[in-house]
Amino acid sequence: MRRAGAGRAGLLAAAGLLPFAAVVVLFLLIPTVVVVVGALSDDGRPSLSGLTAFGDPTVLRAFARSTWLSASTAAIGAVVGALVAYAVATGAPDGVLRRVVTSACGVLAQFGGVTLAFAFIATLGVSGVVTLWLRDALGVDVFANGVWLFDMPGLVLVYTFFQVPLMVIVFLPALDGVRPQWREATVTLGGSTWQYWRHVGGPLLAPAFGGSALLLFANAMSAYATAAALVSQGAPIVPLQIRAALTSEVLLGRADLGQTLALGMVVVVVAVMVAQALLQRRTSRWVAGSAR
Amino acid sequence: MSGRSRLQVLRWVVLALAAAFFLVPLLAMLDFSTRTPTGGRSGEDWAALLDSPPLVRAILASVQLAALTAVAVIALLLPTMLLVTLRLPWARRTVELLCLLPLAVPAIVVVVGIAPVYAWVTYLLGGSSLTLVFAYVVLALPFAHRALDAGLRSIDVLTLVEAARSLGARWPTVLLRVLLPNLRGAVLSAAFLTVALVLGEFTFASLLSYDTLPVAINAVGKRDAGVSVAASLASLLVAFVLLLALSLLPGPGERARRRGRLRPSPTFRSPR
Repeated sequence: MRRAGAGRAGLLAAAGLLPFAAVVVLFLLIPTVVVVVGALSDDGRPSLSGLTAFGDPTVLRAFARSTWLSASTAAIGAVVGALVAYAVATGAPDGVLRRVVTSACGVLAQFGGVTLAFAFIATLGVSGVVTLWLRDALGVDVFANGVWLFDMPGLVLVYTFFQVPLMVIVFLPALDGVRPQWREATVTLGGSTWQYWRHVGGPLLAPAFGGSALLLFANAMSAYATAAALVSQGAPIVPLQIRAALTSEVLLGRADLGQTLALGMVVVVVAVMVAQALLQRRTSRWVAGSAR
Repeated sequence: MSGRSRLQVLRWVVLALAAAFFLVPLLAMLDFSTRTPTGGRSGEDWAALLDSPPLVRAILASVQLAALTAVAVIALLLPTMLLVTLRLPWARRTVELLCLLPLAVPAIVVVVGIAPVYAWVTYLLGGSSLTLVFAYVVLALPFAHRALDAGLRSIDVLTLVEAARSLGARWPTVLLRVLLPNLRGAVLSAAFLTVALVLGEFTFASLLSYDTLPVAINAVGKRDAGVSVAASLASLLVAFVLLLALSLLPGPGERARRRGRLRPSPTFRSPR
Protein backbone atom coordinates (compact mmCIF):
# COMPACT_ATOMS: atom_id res chain seq x y z
CA MET A 1 0.00 0.00 0.00
CA ARG A 2 2.62 2.43 1.16
CA ARG A 3 4.94 1.16 -1.50
CA ALA A 4 2.41 1.72 -4.27
CA GLY A 5 1.92 5.29 -3.09
CA ALA A 6 5.65 5.91 -3.11
CA GLY A 7 5.85 4.36 -6.56
CA ARG A 8 3.14 6.63 -7.90
CA ALA A 9 4.79 9.70 -6.34
CA GLY A 10 8.10 8.57 -7.80
CA LEU A 11 6.54 8.30 -11.23
CA LEU A 12 5.02 11.75 -10.85
CA ALA A 13 8.40 13.16 -9.86
CA ALA A 14 10.05 11.41 -12.79
CA ALA A 15 7.45 13.01 -15.06
CA GLY A 16 8.93 16.34 -13.98
CA LEU A 17 12.01 15.45 -16.01
CA LEU A 18 9.95 15.40 -19.22
CA PRO A 19 10.44 19.03 -20.35
CA PHE A 20 14.21 18.73 -19.98
CA ALA A 21 14.24 15.36 -21.70
CA ALA A 22 12.06 16.65 -24.54
CA VAL A 23 14.38 19.59 -25.30
CA VAL A 24 17.50 17.42 -25.21
CA VAL A 25 15.93 14.70 -27.36
CA LEU A 26 14.47 17.07 -29.95
CA PHE A 27 17.35 19.47 -30.34
CA LEU A 28 20.40 17.34 -29.60
CA LEU A 29 19.75 13.59 -29.79
CA ILE A 30 17.44 13.51 -32.83
CA PRO A 31 19.78 15.71 -34.92
CA THR A 32 22.73 13.48 -33.99
CA VAL A 33 20.76 10.34 -34.86
CA VAL A 34 19.64 11.92 -38.15
CA VAL A 35 23.31 12.48 -39.03
CA VAL A 36 24.44 8.97 -38.11
CA VAL A 37 21.47 7.22 -39.75
CA GLY A 38 21.66 9.48 -42.80
CA ALA A 39 25.35 8.77 -43.27
CA LEU A 40 24.82 5.01 -42.98
CA SER A 41 21.79 4.65 -45.23
CA ASP A 42 20.75 5.21 -48.80
CA ASP A 43 17.11 5.83 -49.76
CA GLY A 44 15.99 4.64 -46.34
CA ARG A 45 17.86 1.34 -46.49
CA PRO A 46 21.01 0.64 -44.49
CA SER A 47 23.97 1.15 -46.75
CA LEU A 48 27.62 1.92 -46.50
CA SER A 49 27.70 3.60 -49.91
CA GLY A 50 27.86 7.07 -48.30
CA LEU A 51 31.17 6.13 -46.72
CA THR A 52 32.80 5.97 -50.16
CA ALA A 53 33.10 9.75 -49.72
CA PHE A 54 36.05 9.01 -47.43
CA GLY A 55 37.87 7.71 -50.52
CA ASP A 56 37.50 11.10 -52.23
CA PRO A 57 40.92 12.86 -52.21
CA THR A 58 39.29 16.26 -51.45
CA VAL A 59 37.59 14.85 -48.37
CA LEU A 60 40.72 13.00 -47.25
CA ARG A 61 42.80 16.15 -47.65
CA ALA A 62 40.25 18.14 -45.63
CA PHE A 63 40.40 15.59 -42.79
CA ALA A 64 44.21 15.61 -42.94
CA ARG A 65 44.29 19.42 -42.82
CA SER A 66 41.73 19.53 -39.99
CA THR A 67 43.75 17.00 -38.01
CA TRP A 68 46.97 18.92 -38.60
CA LEU A 69 45.33 22.23 -37.68
CA SER A 70 43.86 20.74 -34.49
CA ALA A 71 47.07 18.93 -33.50
CA SER A 72 49.38 21.89 -34.07
CA THR A 73 47.14 24.46 -32.35
CA ALA A 74 46.48 22.00 -29.50
CA ALA A 75 50.25 21.58 -29.02
CA ILE A 76 50.98 25.32 -29.15
CA GLY A 77 47.94 26.08 -27.01
CA ALA A 78 48.79 23.44 -24.41
CA VAL A 79 52.40 24.55 -23.93
CA VAL A 80 51.81 28.32 -23.97
CA GLY A 81 48.53 28.03 -22.05
CA ALA A 82 50.15 25.89 -19.34
CA LEU A 83 52.89 28.51 -18.88
CA VAL A 84 50.36 31.33 -18.62
CA ALA A 85 48.20 29.26 -16.25
CA TYR A 86 51.27 28.63 -14.07
CA ALA A 87 52.08 32.35 -14.02
CA VAL A 88 48.50 33.08 -12.96
CA ALA A 89 48.25 30.23 -10.43
CA THR A 90 51.35 31.38 -8.55
CA GLY A 91 49.67 34.74 -7.90
CA ALA A 92 46.99 35.68 -5.39
CA PRO A 93 43.94 33.40 -5.77
CA ASP A 94 41.49 36.31 -5.44
CA GLY A 95 43.73 38.91 -7.08
CA VAL A 96 42.76 41.36 -9.80
CA LEU A 97 45.23 39.74 -12.21
CA ARG A 98 43.58 36.36 -11.92
CA ARG A 99 40.06 37.73 -12.32
CA VAL A 100 40.99 39.78 -15.40
CA VAL A 101 42.98 36.94 -17.02
CA THR A 102 40.31 34.27 -16.45
CA SER A 103 37.53 36.58 -17.66
CA ALA A 104 39.47 37.54 -20.78
CA CYS A 105 40.32 33.89 -21.40
CA GLY A 106 36.67 32.91 -20.98
CA VAL A 107 35.62 35.43 -23.61
CA LEU A 108 38.27 34.47 -26.15
CA ALA A 109 38.02 30.72 -25.60
CA GLN A 110 34.28 30.27 -25.52
CA PHE A 111 32.50 33.27 -26.99
CA GLY A 112 34.91 34.66 -29.61
CA GLY A 113 33.92 33.03 -32.88
CA VAL A 114 33.47 35.47 -35.74
CA THR A 115 34.93 38.38 -33.81
CA LEU A 116 38.36 36.72 -33.64
CA ALA A 117 38.49 36.51 -37.43
CA PHE A 118 37.90 40.25 -37.62
CA ALA A 119 40.49 40.87 -34.92
CA PHE A 120 43.07 39.36 -37.23
CA ILE A 121 41.71 41.02 -40.36
CA ALA A 122 42.26 44.33 -38.50
CA THR A 123 45.72 43.26 -37.36
CA LEU A 124 47.27 41.24 -40.15
CA GLY A 125 44.82 41.61 -43.02
CA VAL A 126 45.97 43.13 -46.31
CA SER A 127 45.41 46.61 -44.85
CA GLY A 128 45.77 45.52 -41.24
CA VAL A 129 47.37 47.78 -38.66
CA VAL A 130 50.42 45.58 -38.05
CA THR A 131 50.79 44.75 -41.77
CA LEU A 132 50.93 48.45 -42.68
CA TRP A 133 53.22 49.30 -39.78
CA LEU A 134 55.69 46.56 -40.75
CA ARG A 135 55.63 47.75 -44.36
CA ASP A 136 55.97 51.47 -43.64
CA ALA A 137 58.27 51.41 -40.63
CA LEU A 138 60.44 48.36 -41.30
CA GLY A 139 60.00 47.77 -45.01
CA VAL A 140 58.82 44.19 -44.36
CA ASP A 141 56.06 42.79 -46.56
CA VAL A 142 54.47 39.97 -44.55
CA PHE A 143 52.55 38.83 -47.62
CA ALA A 144 55.53 38.72 -49.99
CA ASN A 145 54.75 35.04 -50.60
CA GLY A 146 51.00 35.47 -50.93
CA VAL A 147 48.23 36.37 -48.49
CA TRP A 148 48.51 33.50 -46.03
CA LEU A 149 46.07 34.89 -43.45
CA PHE A 150 43.06 33.43 -45.27
CA ASP A 151 44.58 29.97 -45.62
CA MET A 152 46.01 27.30 -43.32
CA PRO A 153 48.81 29.40 -41.71
CA GLY A 154 46.24 32.09 -40.91
CA LEU A 155 43.91 29.51 -39.37
CA VAL A 156 46.73 28.22 -37.15
CA LEU A 157 47.51 31.75 -35.96
CA VAL A 158 43.88 32.68 -35.29
CA TYR A 159 43.09 29.33 -33.64
CA THR A 160 45.91 29.83 -31.12
CA PHE A 161 44.01 32.95 -30.11
CA PHE A 162 41.26 30.80 -28.60
CA GLN A 163 43.27 27.63 -27.88
CA VAL A 164 45.74 29.28 -25.47
CA PRO A 165 42.94 30.88 -23.38
CA LEU A 166 41.02 27.57 -23.31
CA MET A 167 44.13 25.83 -21.96
CA VAL A 168 44.46 28.48 -19.24
CA ILE A 169 40.85 27.87 -18.18
CA VAL A 170 40.97 24.07 -18.14
CA PHE A 171 44.49 23.72 -16.72
CA LEU A 172 44.17 26.26 -13.87
CA PRO A 173 42.09 23.94 -11.65
CA ALA A 174 44.76 21.22 -11.98
CA LEU A 175 47.47 23.70 -10.95
CA ASP A 176 45.31 24.84 -8.03
CA GLY A 177 45.24 21.21 -6.92
CA VAL A 178 49.02 21.14 -6.58
CA ARG A 179 49.74 21.18 -2.88
CA PRO A 180 52.67 23.14 -1.42
CA GLN A 181 53.35 20.09 0.81
CA TRP A 182 54.60 18.14 -2.22
CA ARG A 183 57.19 20.80 -2.88
CA GLU A 184 58.07 21.01 0.81
CA ALA A 185 58.46 17.23 1.02
CA THR A 186 60.78 17.27 -1.99
CA VAL A 187 62.90 20.06 -0.52
CA THR A 188 63.02 18.33 2.89
CA LEU A 189 64.33 15.23 1.19
CA GLY A 190 67.03 17.32 -0.49
CA GLY A 191 65.44 17.55 -3.94
CA SER A 192 66.13 20.43 -6.31
CA THR A 193 63.56 22.40 -8.32
CA TRP A 194 64.44 20.32 -11.39
CA GLN A 195 64.01 17.08 -9.45
CA TYR A 196 60.66 18.29 -8.11
CA TRP A 197 59.32 18.90 -11.60
CA ARG A 198 60.97 15.78 -13.05
CA HIS A 199 59.79 13.29 -10.40
CA VAL A 200 56.85 14.87 -8.53
CA GLY A 201 55.09 17.84 -10.11
CA GLY A 202 55.55 16.76 -13.72
CA PRO A 203 54.22 13.19 -13.39
CA LEU A 204 51.31 14.37 -11.22
CA LEU A 205 50.27 17.03 -13.70
CA ALA A 206 50.96 14.98 -16.83
CA PRO A 207 47.48 13.38 -17.08
CA ALA A 208 45.80 16.77 -16.60
CA PHE A 209 48.09 18.28 -19.22
CA GLY A 210 47.40 15.45 -21.68
CA GLY A 211 43.68 15.57 -21.03
CA SER A 212 43.58 19.33 -21.54
CA ALA A 213 45.57 19.01 -24.77
CA LEU A 214 43.05 16.45 -26.06
CA LEU A 215 40.21 18.80 -25.14
CA LEU A 216 41.95 21.50 -27.17
CA PHE A 217 42.27 19.10 -30.10
CA ALA A 218 38.54 18.32 -30.04
CA ASN A 219 37.77 22.02 -29.65
CA ALA A 220 39.77 22.98 -32.75
CA MET A 221 38.33 20.06 -34.70
CA SER A 222 34.74 21.20 -34.06
CA ALA A 223 35.32 24.96 -34.37
CA TYR A 224 33.42 26.51 -37.24
CA ALA A 225 32.66 30.22 -36.77
CA THR A 226 36.20 31.61 -36.86
CA ALA A 227 37.19 29.62 -39.94
CA ALA A 228 33.92 30.41 -41.71
CA ALA A 229 34.41 34.15 -41.24
CA LEU A 230 38.08 34.06 -42.21
CA VAL A 231 37.94 31.73 -45.22
CA SER A 232 35.22 32.70 -47.67
CA GLN A 233 36.76 31.04 -50.73
CA GLY A 234 37.27 27.29 -50.83
CA ALA A 235 36.94 24.73 -48.06
CA PRO A 236 40.32 23.61 -46.74
CA ILE A 237 39.01 21.98 -43.51
CA VAL A 238 36.14 19.63 -42.67
CA PRO A 239 33.70 22.13 -41.07
CA LEU A 240 34.00 24.32 -44.17
CA GLN A 241 33.44 21.29 -46.42
CA ILE A 242 30.24 20.69 -44.47
CA ARG A 243 29.26 24.32 -45.08
CA ALA A 244 29.91 23.85 -48.79
CA ALA A 245 27.81 20.67 -48.81
CA LEU A 246 24.93 22.36 -46.94
CA THR A 247 24.83 25.57 -48.94
CA SER A 248 25.59 24.12 -52.36
CA GLU A 249 22.59 24.53 -54.63
CA VAL A 250 24.14 23.27 -57.82
CA LEU A 251 24.81 19.69 -56.83
CA LEU A 252 21.92 17.54 -55.70
CA GLY A 253 22.60 14.88 -53.10
CA ARG A 254 25.26 16.98 -51.40
CA ALA A 255 23.24 16.84 -48.16
CA ASP A 256 24.27 13.19 -47.94
CA LEU A 257 27.89 14.26 -48.19
CA GLY A 258 27.29 16.71 -45.33
CA GLN A 259 25.99 13.87 -43.14
CA THR A 260 28.92 11.63 -44.02
CA LEU A 261 31.43 14.39 -43.20
CA ALA A 262 29.59 15.14 -39.97
CA LEU A 263 29.70 11.46 -39.01
CA GLY A 264 33.46 11.40 -39.62
CA MET A 265 33.80 14.43 -37.37
CA VAL A 266 31.68 12.88 -34.61
CA VAL A 267 33.81 9.73 -34.68
CA VAL A 268 37.05 11.71 -34.32
CA VAL A 269 35.74 14.06 -31.64
CA VAL A 270 34.04 11.33 -29.58
CA ALA A 271 37.20 9.16 -29.66
CA VAL A 272 39.26 12.11 -28.45
CA MET A 273 36.73 13.02 -25.74
CA VAL A 274 36.64 9.44 -24.43
CA ALA A 275 40.44 9.44 -24.17
CA GLN A 276 40.18 12.78 -22.41
CA ALA A 277 37.63 11.45 -19.91
CA LEU A 278 39.91 8.49 -19.11
CA LEU A 279 42.86 10.82 -18.50
CA GLN A 280 40.63 13.09 -16.41
CA ARG A 281 39.78 10.16 -14.16
CA ARG A 282 43.49 9.50 -13.67
CA THR A 283 44.06 13.15 -12.85
CA SER A 284 41.36 13.35 -10.24
CA ARG A 285 42.84 10.31 -8.49
CA TRP A 286 45.81 12.49 -7.53
CA VAL A 287 45.21 16.15 -7.90
CA ALA A 288 41.62 16.40 -6.69
CA GLY A 289 41.80 13.15 -4.73
CA SER A 290 44.46 14.61 -2.47
CA ALA A 291 41.86 17.00 -1.09
CA ARG A 292 39.70 14.15 0.17
CA MET B 1 65.43 33.31 -2.25
CA SER B 2 67.15 33.59 -5.63
CA GLY B 3 64.98 30.76 -6.91
CA ARG B 4 61.94 32.68 -5.78
CA SER B 5 62.90 35.93 -7.43
CA ARG B 6 63.85 34.06 -10.60
CA LEU B 7 60.36 32.58 -10.55
CA GLN B 8 58.87 36.06 -10.17
CA VAL B 9 60.84 37.32 -13.17
CA LEU B 10 59.82 34.32 -15.26
CA ARG B 11 56.22 34.84 -14.20
CA TRP B 12 56.12 38.44 -15.32
CA VAL B 13 57.95 37.69 -18.58
CA VAL B 14 55.35 35.03 -19.43
CA LEU B 15 52.47 37.33 -18.49
CA ALA B 16 53.92 40.27 -20.43
CA LEU B 17 54.44 38.19 -23.59
CA ALA B 18 50.92 36.75 -23.32
CA ALA B 19 49.46 40.20 -22.73
CA ALA B 20 51.29 41.52 -25.82
CA PHE B 21 50.07 38.63 -27.99
CA PHE B 22 46.48 39.13 -26.89
CA LEU B 23 46.39 42.92 -26.64
CA VAL B 24 47.97 43.74 -30.02
CA PRO B 25 44.99 42.45 -32.05
CA LEU B 26 42.53 44.20 -29.72
CA LEU B 27 44.38 47.52 -30.00
CA ALA B 28 44.69 46.97 -33.74
CA MET B 29 40.90 46.60 -33.87
CA LEU B 30 40.48 49.94 -32.10
CA ASP B 31 42.95 51.60 -34.49
CA PHE B 32 41.50 49.93 -37.58
CA SER B 33 37.93 50.96 -36.78
CA THR B 34 38.75 54.62 -36.03
CA ARG B 35 41.23 55.50 -38.76
CA THR B 36 40.48 57.30 -42.02
CA PRO B 37 42.24 56.79 -45.37
CA THR B 38 43.92 60.19 -44.97
CA GLY B 39 45.48 59.21 -41.65
CA GLY B 40 43.01 61.00 -39.39
CA ARG B 41 40.54 59.68 -36.83
CA SER B 42 36.82 59.22 -37.18
CA GLY B 43 34.05 57.56 -35.22
CA GLU B 44 32.06 56.76 -38.35
CA ASP B 45 32.44 52.99 -38.11
CA TRP B 46 31.27 53.07 -34.52
CA ALA B 47 28.36 55.37 -35.30
CA ALA B 48 27.31 52.91 -38.02
CA LEU B 49 26.62 50.33 -35.29
CA LEU B 50 23.58 52.37 -34.25
CA ASP B 51 22.81 53.92 -37.67
CA SER B 52 22.72 51.07 -40.11
CA PRO B 53 19.25 49.48 -39.99
CA PRO B 54 20.35 45.86 -40.69
CA LEU B 55 22.95 46.04 -37.91
CA VAL B 56 20.50 47.59 -35.46
CA ARG B 57 17.95 44.89 -36.29
CA ALA B 58 20.59 42.21 -35.79
CA ILE B 59 21.71 43.69 -32.46
CA LEU B 60 18.10 43.82 -31.25
CA ALA B 61 17.47 40.26 -32.40
CA SER B 62 20.60 39.01 -30.62
CA VAL B 63 19.81 40.87 -27.39
CA GLN B 64 16.24 39.52 -27.31
CA LEU B 65 17.48 36.06 -28.11
CA ALA B 66 20.11 36.26 -25.37
CA ALA B 67 17.57 37.33 -22.75
CA LEU B 68 15.04 34.73 -23.85
CA THR B 69 17.63 31.93 -23.85
CA ALA B 70 18.95 32.88 -20.42
CA VAL B 71 15.44 32.80 -18.93
CA ALA B 72 14.54 29.60 -20.78
CA VAL B 73 17.65 27.64 -19.82
CA ILE B 74 17.25 28.53 -16.14
CA ALA B 75 13.51 27.85 -16.17
CA LEU B 76 14.22 24.47 -17.72
CA LEU B 77 17.32 23.40 -15.84
CA LEU B 78 16.85 24.73 -12.30
CA PRO B 79 13.55 22.88 -11.57
CA THR B 80 15.02 19.77 -13.22
CA MET B 81 18.14 19.88 -11.06
CA LEU B 82 16.15 20.60 -7.89
CA LEU B 83 13.86 17.68 -8.66
CA VAL B 84 16.89 15.45 -9.16
CA THR B 85 18.50 16.63 -5.92
CA LEU B 86 15.33 16.22 -3.85
CA ARG B 87 13.53 13.26 -5.34
CA LEU B 88 15.46 11.51 -8.10
CA PRO B 89 19.11 11.10 -7.06
CA TRP B 90 19.39 8.13 -9.46
CA ALA B 91 18.96 10.49 -12.40
CA ARG B 92 21.82 12.80 -11.38
CA ARG B 93 24.51 11.18 -13.55
CA THR B 94 22.23 10.97 -16.58
CA VAL B 95 21.16 14.61 -16.36
CA GLU B 96 24.77 15.69 -15.93
CA LEU B 97 25.90 13.61 -18.89
CA LEU B 98 23.12 14.98 -21.11
CA CYS B 99 24.04 18.52 -20.09
CA LEU B 100 27.69 17.97 -21.00
CA LEU B 101 26.89 16.24 -24.29
CA PRO B 102 26.77 19.48 -26.34
CA LEU B 103 30.50 19.81 -25.64
CA ALA B 104 31.17 16.46 -27.30
CA VAL B 105 28.89 16.79 -30.33
CA PRO B 106 30.18 19.67 -32.51
CA ALA B 107 27.59 22.37 -33.18
CA ILE B 108 28.13 21.99 -36.92
CA VAL B 109 27.17 18.31 -36.68
CA VAL B 110 23.94 19.18 -34.87
CA VAL B 111 23.18 21.77 -37.55
CA VAL B 112 23.49 19.12 -40.26
CA GLY B 113 20.89 16.93 -38.56
CA ILE B 114 18.55 19.57 -37.16
CA ALA B 115 16.86 20.53 -40.46
CA PRO B 116 13.86 18.18 -40.00
CA VAL B 117 13.31 19.40 -36.42
CA TYR B 118 13.52 23.06 -37.45
CA ALA B 119 11.15 22.44 -40.35
CA TRP B 120 8.55 21.62 -37.66
CA VAL B 121 9.57 24.55 -35.46
CA THR B 122 9.17 26.96 -38.38
CA TYR B 123 5.85 25.34 -39.30
CA LEU B 124 4.49 25.67 -35.75
CA LEU B 125 6.07 28.94 -34.57
CA GLY B 126 7.01 30.84 -37.73
CA GLY B 127 10.40 31.87 -39.03
CA SER B 128 11.43 34.47 -36.44
CA SER B 129 15.08 34.35 -35.37
CA LEU B 130 13.77 33.97 -31.81
CA THR B 131 13.04 30.31 -32.62
CA LEU B 132 16.79 29.77 -32.32
CA VAL B 133 16.14 29.77 -28.57
CA PHE B 134 15.61 25.98 -28.64
CA ALA B 135 18.98 25.24 -30.19
CA TYR B 136 20.66 27.81 -27.94
CA VAL B 137 19.16 26.35 -24.76
CA VAL B 138 20.88 23.09 -25.63
CA LEU B 139 24.18 24.86 -26.40
CA ALA B 140 23.98 26.67 -23.06
CA LEU B 141 23.32 23.50 -21.02
CA PRO B 142 26.99 22.73 -20.18
CA PHE B 143 27.64 26.26 -18.90
CA ALA B 144 24.35 26.61 -17.05
CA HIS B 145 24.66 23.15 -15.51
CA ARG B 146 28.15 23.84 -14.19
CA ALA B 147 27.06 27.15 -12.65
CA LEU B 148 23.83 25.82 -11.08
CA ASP B 149 25.52 22.64 -9.88
CA ALA B 150 28.13 24.67 -8.00
CA GLY B 151 25.34 26.71 -6.41
CA LEU B 152 23.28 23.67 -5.40
CA ARG B 153 26.32 22.01 -3.87
CA SER B 154 27.05 25.04 -1.70
CA ILE B 155 23.68 24.99 0.09
CA ASP B 156 21.77 22.24 1.83
CA VAL B 157 18.73 22.08 -0.42
CA LEU B 158 16.99 19.30 1.50
CA THR B 159 17.17 21.04 4.89
CA LEU B 160 16.04 24.38 3.46
CA VAL B 161 13.08 22.75 1.73
CA GLU B 162 12.08 20.69 4.77
CA ALA B 163 12.36 23.69 7.06
CA ALA B 164 10.25 25.84 4.77
CA ARG B 165 7.67 23.11 4.16
CA SER B 166 7.33 22.28 7.85
CA LEU B 167 6.65 25.96 8.52
CA GLY B 168 3.79 25.73 6.07
CA ALA B 169 5.32 27.25 2.93
CA ARG B 170 3.82 26.17 -0.37
CA TRP B 171 6.07 24.98 -3.19
CA PRO B 172 6.09 28.28 -5.12
CA THR B 173 7.11 30.06 -1.91
CA VAL B 174 9.84 27.50 -1.29
CA LEU B 175 11.15 27.94 -4.80
CA LEU B 176 10.92 31.72 -5.13
CA ARG B 177 11.49 32.95 -1.57
CA VAL B 178 13.72 30.29 -0.03
CA LEU B 179 15.79 28.57 -2.71
CA LEU B 180 16.16 31.29 -5.33
CA PRO B 181 17.64 33.93 -2.97
CA ASN B 182 20.16 31.32 -1.82
CA LEU B 183 21.05 30.47 -5.41
CA ARG B 184 21.21 34.05 -6.69
CA GLY B 185 24.91 33.88 -7.52
CA ALA B 186 24.61 30.58 -9.39
CA VAL B 187 21.54 31.72 -11.32
CA LEU B 188 23.20 35.00 -12.28
CA SER B 189 26.31 33.21 -13.39
CA ALA B 190 24.31 30.77 -15.52
CA ALA B 191 22.46 33.73 -17.05
CA PHE B 192 25.61 35.75 -17.82
CA LEU B 193 27.38 32.80 -19.42
CA THR B 194 24.32 32.08 -21.54
CA VAL B 195 24.07 35.72 -22.65
CA ALA B 196 27.75 35.76 -23.64
CA LEU B 197 27.28 32.49 -25.53
CA VAL B 198 24.21 33.66 -27.46
CA LEU B 199 25.72 37.05 -28.38
CA GLY B 200 28.64 35.25 -30.05
CA GLU B 201 26.95 32.19 -31.56
CA PHE B 202 27.43 31.95 -35.32
CA THR B 203 27.25 28.32 -36.45
CA PHE B 204 23.50 27.75 -36.01
CA ALA B 205 22.37 31.24 -36.92
CA SER B 206 24.42 31.40 -40.09
CA LEU B 207 23.68 27.93 -41.45
CA LEU B 208 19.97 28.12 -40.58
CA SER B 209 19.92 31.63 -42.15
CA TYR B 210 18.83 33.78 -39.22
CA ASP B 211 20.11 37.38 -39.00
CA THR B 212 21.73 37.65 -35.59
CA LEU B 213 24.59 39.97 -34.65
CA PRO B 214 27.51 37.65 -35.56
CA VAL B 215 25.86 36.80 -38.89
CA ALA B 216 25.40 40.52 -39.62
CA ILE B 217 29.00 41.25 -38.59
CA ASN B 218 30.19 38.64 -41.05
CA ALA B 219 27.93 39.90 -43.85
CA VAL B 220 28.87 43.57 -43.36
CA GLY B 221 32.55 42.61 -43.26
CA LYS B 222 32.41 41.57 -46.90
CA ARG B 223 31.76 45.23 -47.86
CA ASP B 224 33.01 47.35 -44.99
CA ALA B 225 35.58 45.72 -42.72
CA GLY B 226 35.79 48.80 -40.46
CA VAL B 227 32.20 48.49 -39.23
CA SER B 228 32.59 44.75 -38.64
CA VAL B 229 35.78 45.30 -36.69
CA ALA B 230 34.04 47.95 -34.55
CA ALA B 231 31.11 45.58 -33.93
CA SER B 232 33.48 42.70 -33.13
CA LEU B 233 35.45 44.75 -30.62
CA ALA B 234 32.23 45.97 -29.03
CA SER B 235 30.83 42.47 -28.61
CA LEU B 236 34.15 41.14 -27.23
CA LEU B 237 34.12 43.99 -24.69
CA VAL B 238 30.50 43.33 -23.70
CA ALA B 239 31.30 39.64 -23.12
CA PHE B 240 34.42 40.59 -21.14
CA VAL B 241 32.49 42.98 -18.91
CA LEU B 242 29.83 40.28 -18.31
CA LEU B 243 32.41 37.69 -17.30
CA LEU B 244 34.43 40.12 -15.19
CA ALA B 245 31.29 41.18 -13.35
CA LEU B 246 30.62 37.49 -12.80
CA SER B 247 34.05 36.92 -11.25
CA LEU B 248 33.40 39.81 -8.85
CA LEU B 249 30.19 38.26 -7.52
CA PRO B 250 30.85 36.69 -4.15
CA GLY B 251 31.04 32.94 -4.66
CA PRO B 252 29.49 30.47 -2.22
CA GLY B 253 32.81 29.91 -0.48
CA GLU B 254 33.39 33.61 -0.05
CA ARG B 255 29.99 34.17 1.47
CA ALA B 256 30.63 31.41 3.99
CA ARG B 257 34.00 32.93 4.84
CA ARG B 258 32.44 36.31 5.40
CA ARG B 259 29.95 34.75 7.79
CA GLY B 260 32.93 33.55 9.80
CA ARG B 261 32.70 29.94 8.74
CA LEU B 262 36.11 28.90 7.48
CA ARG B 263 35.00 26.05 5.31
CA PRO B 264 31.64 24.50 4.57
CA SER B 265 30.95 21.57 6.86
CA PRO B 266 30.90 18.19 5.12
CA THR B 267 27.13 17.88 5.54
CA PHE B 268 26.78 21.16 3.69
CA ARG B 269 27.34 19.39 0.40
CA SER B 270 24.86 17.25 -1.39
CA PRO B 271 26.23 13.71 -1.68
CA ARG B 272 27.54 12.77 -5.08
